[in-house]
Amino acid sequence: MKFNAGKWTSNTWMVGVFAFLYLPILTLIIFSFNASPMVTNWGGVSLRWYYALMDDREMIDGFKLSLRVAFSTGCSSVLLGTLAALTLHRFKRFPGRTLFAGMVNSPLVMPEVIIGLSLLLMLVSAQRIFGFPERGFATIWLGHTLLGMAYATVVVLSRLQEMSPSLEEAAQDLGARPLQVFFLVTLPLISQAIASAWLLTFTLSLDDVVISAFLNGPGSTTMPITIFSRARLGLSPSVNTVATLTVAVVSIGVFAASILMSRAEKRRALEMAAAYRKVD
Amino acid sequence: MATAALKTQSLHTKLTGAWGRTLVISVPMTFLLIVFLLPFLVVFKISLSEMDAVFFKDILTLRDDVIVLTIKYGNYLSLLEDSLYFNAYFSSLKIALTTTFICLAIAYPFAYFLARSPADRRPALLMLVMLPFWTSFLLRVYAWKMLLADTGVFNNVLMAMGMISEPIKMMNTPFSLVLGMVYTYVPFMILPLYANLVKMDLRLLEAALDLGATPWQAFWRITVPLSKSGIIAGSMLVFIPCVGEFVIPDLLGGPETLMVGHVLWDEFFSNNDWPMAASVAVVMVGLIIIPLALFNKYQAESTNGGRA
Repeated sequence: MKFNAGKWTSNTWMVGVFAFLYLPILTLIIFSFNASPMVTNWGGVSLRWYYALMDDREMIDGFKLSLRVAFSTGCSSVLLGTLAALTLHRFKRFPGRTLFAGMVNSPLVMPEVIIGLSLLLMLVSAQRIFGFPERGFATIWLGHTLLGMAYATVVVLSRLQEMSPSLEEAAQDLGARPLQVFFLVTLPLISQAIASAWLLTFTLSLDDVVISAFLNGPGSTTMPITIFSRARLGLSPSVNTVATLTVAVVSIGVFAASILMSRAEKRRALEMAAAYRKVD
Repeated sequence: MATAALKTQSLHTKLTGAWGRTLVISVPMTFLLIVFLLPFLVVFKISLSEMDAVFFKDILTLRDDVIVLTIKYGNYLSLLEDSLYFNAYFSSLKIALTTTFICLAIAYPFAYFLARSPADRRPALLMLVMLPFWTSFLLRVYAWKMLLADTGVFNNVLMAMGMISEPIKMMNTPFSLVLGMVYTYVPFMILPLYANLVKMDLRLLEAALDLGATPWQAFWRITVPLSKSGIIAGSMLVFIPCVGEFVIPDLLGGPETLMVGHVLWDEFFSNNDWPMAASVAVVMVGLIIIPLALFNKYQAESTNGGRA
């Protein structure tokens, strides 16, 4: 490779960026085991903040609510996102396609304060007219689904685009009806993308502060809202322990998922190769 | 081949799929119209009203069986007159622009080196870029607070090493704010740039070098122009959300770095002035509408199979 800009520059640059990305995370983890109540003064190794976390009702209740919201968001986002991805992939021409594409993509970049405020004002207006909905679980879920749907669409759509159309065509030629084609051919082929979209929207929802802050009601405080209000006041050891637990769960989850996916990918490649061999 | 596929598809749609097609389109379409578009119209409507004692007044009222439209421009006038708002918009654009350029400067070489690294190592490296993105954004921003505070980790280490005698003021400055923004958004710049650079046809560079170009010339005249769409996508992914960012300026910013996302939040939660918050939002949408259109155009091109 004669146009490699020098191994040394390349490695240094990459190591530097990774250090930048991981330094704060490592600091959070290390200081979660700090015995001192002064978050950044090292006072020896201790698990005391983890024990304290077990009695932290506010954090635990918030976590339970966040988990419920995130689970529901994952499911609804994937459902709507898959339909939206199919629409964008299959139907190149229908009235309102540009508007549709714009509405699907915009939440990806739209500042969250705008999404939160506008949804809230609409829900409040609706409540004045119809008497519902009350702010709480359902309204947070709705807001998160709007955001999650956009991400799910991108993930599923990119899989649909790299998929070879010949498999679906073959099923059609062999007499499968559209629903059969979808459930027997398309869905299994995009199942991995659907799984990653679910995980992604689940984590996005578990992490969201701004939309939840606008849409939550009395008694529906999610975990990120609790974390945020503590972080605003200053440094808090409880936040470090939550962070460490999150990092642990996410790394294990992502690691396990990537192993499972690469296995499934290999198996599929083998099956495909076998199928094509039989045809020859 | 492509036309044949198209033909089967259209025939197939005609015969059996018309009803299904309508259903597939209309479910997400209805959801988006109600949850995304309608709220914007409501915001616009409310931005033209004013606050009653506890609630905003409706601009449409029924008086003697006649619908009366009462529009108030008051909120927009105060946006123009009060320099607080102008300063907030101006500093938001400035900070978002600075963040975008720094992200590009860090991410372009990174994505370039990543795309040219051995193919078997790329998935692992890419996962390392994605992993922080999967861990909580809020907690990662909080971590910078730990590192940069007056009694934070950096100051403690520097003082212990005897390099400084007094803590350096880093928190709640423009420095800490931009650092937090760059940190949060740099993966959004890396990923589209990588996706673009990894697809590049390296024979073009070979040709340029054979024709006597220096590596730098080849880079600036071939690689950079070819990666234009990646640069635009990444920049929009960073710039647009940065303009309205709230959490990062709240946790890491200071009095000199008032941003418009924060102004909106305060109007809503502290002043309880919903119509004012709505007009702040409407003007913010006006500021980001062109970048947003650019972003949508790029997304549409990449979803319409413009893969070349």
